[in-house]
Amino acid sequence: MKFKSRNFEGAETVLDIKDLSVNLPNQETVAPILDRISLNIRAGETACLVGESGSGKSVTSLAVMGLLPKGALEVTGGKITLEDRELLGLSHNELRHMRARRMAMIFQEPMTALNPVMRVGDQIDEVLQIHADMSASERKARVLDIMEQVHLPDVKRIYGSYPHQLSGGQRQRIMIAMALVLQPKLLIADEPTTALDVTTQAQILRLIAELQEKQGTAVLFITHDMGVVSEIADTVHVMKEGQIVEQAPVEKLLREPREDYTQKLLKAVPSLIPRKVRPPKSDDQVLQVQGMKKIYGGGGIFVKKEGTLAAQDVSFSIARGRTLGIVGESGSGKSTVARCVMRLIDPTEGEVRVDGNEIARLSRRQLRPYRRFIQIVFQDPFRSLNPRWKVGESLIEGPLNYGISRAEAMKQAGDLMELVGLPRDVLDRYPHQFSGGQRQRIAIARAVAMKPDVLVADEAVSALDVSIQAQVLDLLGDIQDKLGVAILFITHDLRVAAQICDDIVVMQNGLIVEYNSASEVLANPQHEYTRALTEAAPGREWDFANFCELKKTA
Amino acid sequence: MLGYIIRRILAVIPVMLIVAIFVFLMLRLSPGDPAAILAGDSATAAQIEKIRTELGLNDPLHIQFITWMGQLLQGDLGTSLISKTGVVDMIANRINPTINLALMTIIISVLLAVPMGVAAAWRHRTWVDYLVMSFSVLGFSIPVFVIGYIFMAIFALGLGWFPVQGYRAPTEDFFGFLLRAILPSLTLATIYVALIARMTRASMLEVLGEDYIRTARAKGVKENSVLFRHALRNAAVPIMTIIGIGFALLIGGVVVTESVFNIPGIGRLTVDAILARDYPVIQAIILLTAGIYVLINLLIDLSYTLLDPRIRY
Repeated sequence: MKFKSRNFEGAETVLDIKDLSVNLPNQETVAPILDRISLNIRAGETACLVGESGSGKSVTSLAVMGLLPKGALEVTGGKITLEDRELLGLSHNELRHMRARRMAMIFQEPMTALNPVMRVGDQIDEVLQIHADMSASERKARVLDIMEQVHLPDVKRIYGSYPHQLSGGQRQRIMIAMALVLQPKLLIADEPTTALDVTTQAQILRLIAELQEKQGTAVLFITHDMGVVSEIADTVHVMKEGQIVEQAPVEKLLREPREDYTQKLLKAVPSLIPRKVRPPKSDDQVLQVQGMKKIYGGGGIFVKKEGTLAAQDVSFSIARGRTLGIVGESGSGKSTVARCVMRLIDPTEGEVRVDGNEIARLSRRQLRPYRRFIQIVFQDPFRSLNPRWKVGESLIEGPLNYGISRAEAMKQAGDLMELVGLPRDVLDRYPHQFSGGQRQRIAIARAVAMKPDVLVADEAVSALDVSIQAQVLDLLGDIQDKLGVAILFITHDLRVAAQICDDIVVMQNGLIVEYNSASEVLANPQHEYTRALTEAAPGREWDFANFCELKKTA
Repeated sequence: MLGYIIRRILAVIPVMLIVAIFVFLMLRLSPGDPAAILAGDSATAAQIEKIRTELGLNDPLHIQFITWMGQLLQGDLGTSLISKTGVVDMIANRINPTINLALMTIIISVLLAVPMGVAAAWRHRTWVDYLVMSFSVLGFSIPVFVIGYIFMAIFALGLGWFPVQGYRAPTEDFFGFLLRAILPSLTLATIYVALIARMTRASMLEVLGEDYIRTARAKGVKENSVLFRHALRNAAVPIMTIIGIGFALLIGGVVVTESVFNIPGIGRLTVDAILARDYPVIQAIILLTAGIYVLINLLIDLSYTLLDPRIRY
C-alpha cells in the first residue's frame, strides 16, 4: 500500500493550535471537553483527526471556526493561530470576515447542511455577496466556474436547483464548491463522506485531494474511518477524551502505533478478509424468499400514478444458524427487502416463507402468530427504544403479547440482559441512561426475547464506533451459536459484511446482481458492480489490525 | 398543481353540503314549532298556519330541503324576519368593516409577533425570551373585552388620541378609518400576537438547530441574514398556518370587540340575529363562515408551495 509521504518541512504553517482547552461554562470541576490540545497543519497538508464519538474531534473544528454553541461550550485557554492571526479574541465581526475567505468548513450530512428552500447556486453566490466586491455577472461566472471545478454536470441547470433535487454526492460537491470558492487557506472537513455510499465517497475524496493540490489548501479532516485515513492523510492525530494521545505521519501510525488506544482503534477495524467458512449445521431453511417485488406508491383516486420499483426478482434463503448479508448502496432496495420480509410493509409480489409457512399474503390478523418467528434490530438505537418506557417494559412487551406471565417474562428479560452482557438491574432504567452500544444490546435482547428463528439486522451496527461495532458483531455471533438463530444482515459496509456473513447478496437498483458465499463475493467478485464496490472500499490493501500490508491468501 | 387546486375545490362540495344540511335542520329541529317562534308570542293559530304555508313547512322534509337548496344555489338566502330585507344585502353591508378590521388586526399582529418570536428564539433563555413569553401568556389570559376597555380608558378617554367608538369606511375617509380602527385592531391583536409569537419562537428554535444554519454561519453570513434569510423562511410553514387560521377566526365574527367598539360588522350582525332569533340571517352567517374557513384553508395549503419548494401537490 502506498501512503502519502510528502515532506512538509519548510512549508508555511497555516493553522497552529496551542494548548487549546474547551469547557462547559462555569464548570471547572468536570473534566474538560478539550484538554490542552496542540496541532499544526502546513500548506498543502492533510491532517486527519481520528477518534471515537465524544472524543472532541468536532469541538476542535468548531472552536477553530468560532462556531462553538454559545453558552454551551467556551474556550478556556490556549491559542489558535491562522496564518499570522490569532483567532481567539477576535470580535464576532472580524471572525465572520475570516470565514469562507481564510477558513472554510464542510459537514457530514450533505442532506441537511444545505438550506432546503434556497437554490444551490444562490447559496454559493451568497458567499461572494458577503465577502467579495463583485458585480452580479462576475459572481455568476465565478459560481459556474467553481461548480465546473467540482465536476458537477450541467452546471447551468444545477445552479437553479434546490438541494432536494440533487443526489447526496452532488450536494456534497455543492458544499465543497461553497467552501472553496474564495480559495481559503484552511479547509475543515468534518466527516464529509460518512453519510455517502462508498463509490461516492471515493469520488469526493478524490475531488478534495484535487482541489487541495490546485489551491495548496491545508486540510483538517475529521473522520472515524481508518480506511479513509490511510488513503488521504499526511499526518494523523488520534484523539481520546478531549486529548490528543498520538500524533504521527500516516505510515508510521499505521505500522507502529505507539499508544494502546491507537492500537485498540486499529485492531477494531473490521478486516475485509471474509470469515472462515462454516459448514452448514442443518439444511433446515428457516427463511425463504422467492420472486419478491415491491412497488412503492402507484394507485391514486382520479389518475393512475406510476409507482417506484424498489425491488424485483428477489430470491434467497437462509438455513438455521447461518448469516446472510444483503449489501448495497443507498437506494439499492436492501432495506425494502428487510421490511417486506418482516411484513412491516407488504410485498407487491412473491413469497416469503418463515419455517415453511408462507406469510407474504396473510392479513395482519392472520400474521400475528407468525410475528414471533422473525424479529428485527434497527439502525439507530437512539430512536428504536421508547424513551418513556423502562428497558424491562420494552423487553417483556412482546412475550406478554404471546401469553407469557409477567413474572416469567421479567425473569427471562433478566436472563437476556446477562446474555447480551449487561447487568440484570438495568431493567429498571430508561434508554437515555445508556450509551449507543448498550442500547443496541438492549435492542438485540428485545428481538431475541421472542425466541425468533430469524433475526433481521437492518444496518444494526452502522451508527456505532468501530470498537463498539466489533463488540456488537461478536455478540450477534454468540447469540447465533447459543440460540441457532438465522440472521439476515443488511449493511452498506463490506468490511462488516465480511466479518459476519456466510453468504452475501449484492443488490443494485432493486435487483440482486450477485449471490454467493461471502468468500467468493469478496475475493472473487463476478459482477462489475461488486467489483466497483470492493475497489471503492478505502484502505483495502491494508491490514489495520495487524499493522501491515494485507497478505494475499487466495 | 392545477390538478391539485381543482381537486381541492371539488372537495369543498361535500363539506359545504354537510354544512348546508346542518343549517337546514337547525331551523326544523329547533324546539317547538318554528312558525310559532317566528310568529311571536301573541300570534293567533291562523297567523301561525299562514306562516307555515309561506315557509313551506307543511311539505315533506326532503321537498323542503330541495326547495331550500334550489334557492340557495341561486344565491337567495331568504329574507330577514325582522328587517324584511334580503339577507344577502344585509351581509354585504356588514362584511366590509369586518374584513377591514380583520386585515388590519392580522397586519399588526404579524408585524409585531414575528420579530418578537424571532428575537425570543435567537436569544433563547435570556431576558428577551422571558419577556416575550411572559407577554404571550398575558395576551392569552386577559379577556378581550377587558383589554378593549383598558385601551379605551387609556388612549381614548384618558389621552384622547383616538375616538372611543365608531367606524368609518376607508374608501371615504382613510385617515378616519385608521383613527377608529386602531384601538379595536390592537385589542384583537393581543391574542394573535401572543399566538403567532409563540409559534414563531417554537418553529425558529427548531430551525436554528439545523445543520444549514451552522453552514450559513460557517460561510460568514451576517446574523441578521442568518435569522431572516435562512431561518425564517424555513420556519414559515407553521407560522403561516396560524396566521391563516387566525384570519379565518377574525372574519368569522369578532363579536365582543365589535360590540365594545360599536362597529357595524358581521360580529354585531350575528349577535343581533341570534338575540332576535332571525333564523335566515343566522343560517346565512353560518354558511358564510364555513365557506370562508374552507377557502382560507385552501389558500394556506397553496402558500406552502411558495414557501417550501419541497412541497409539491
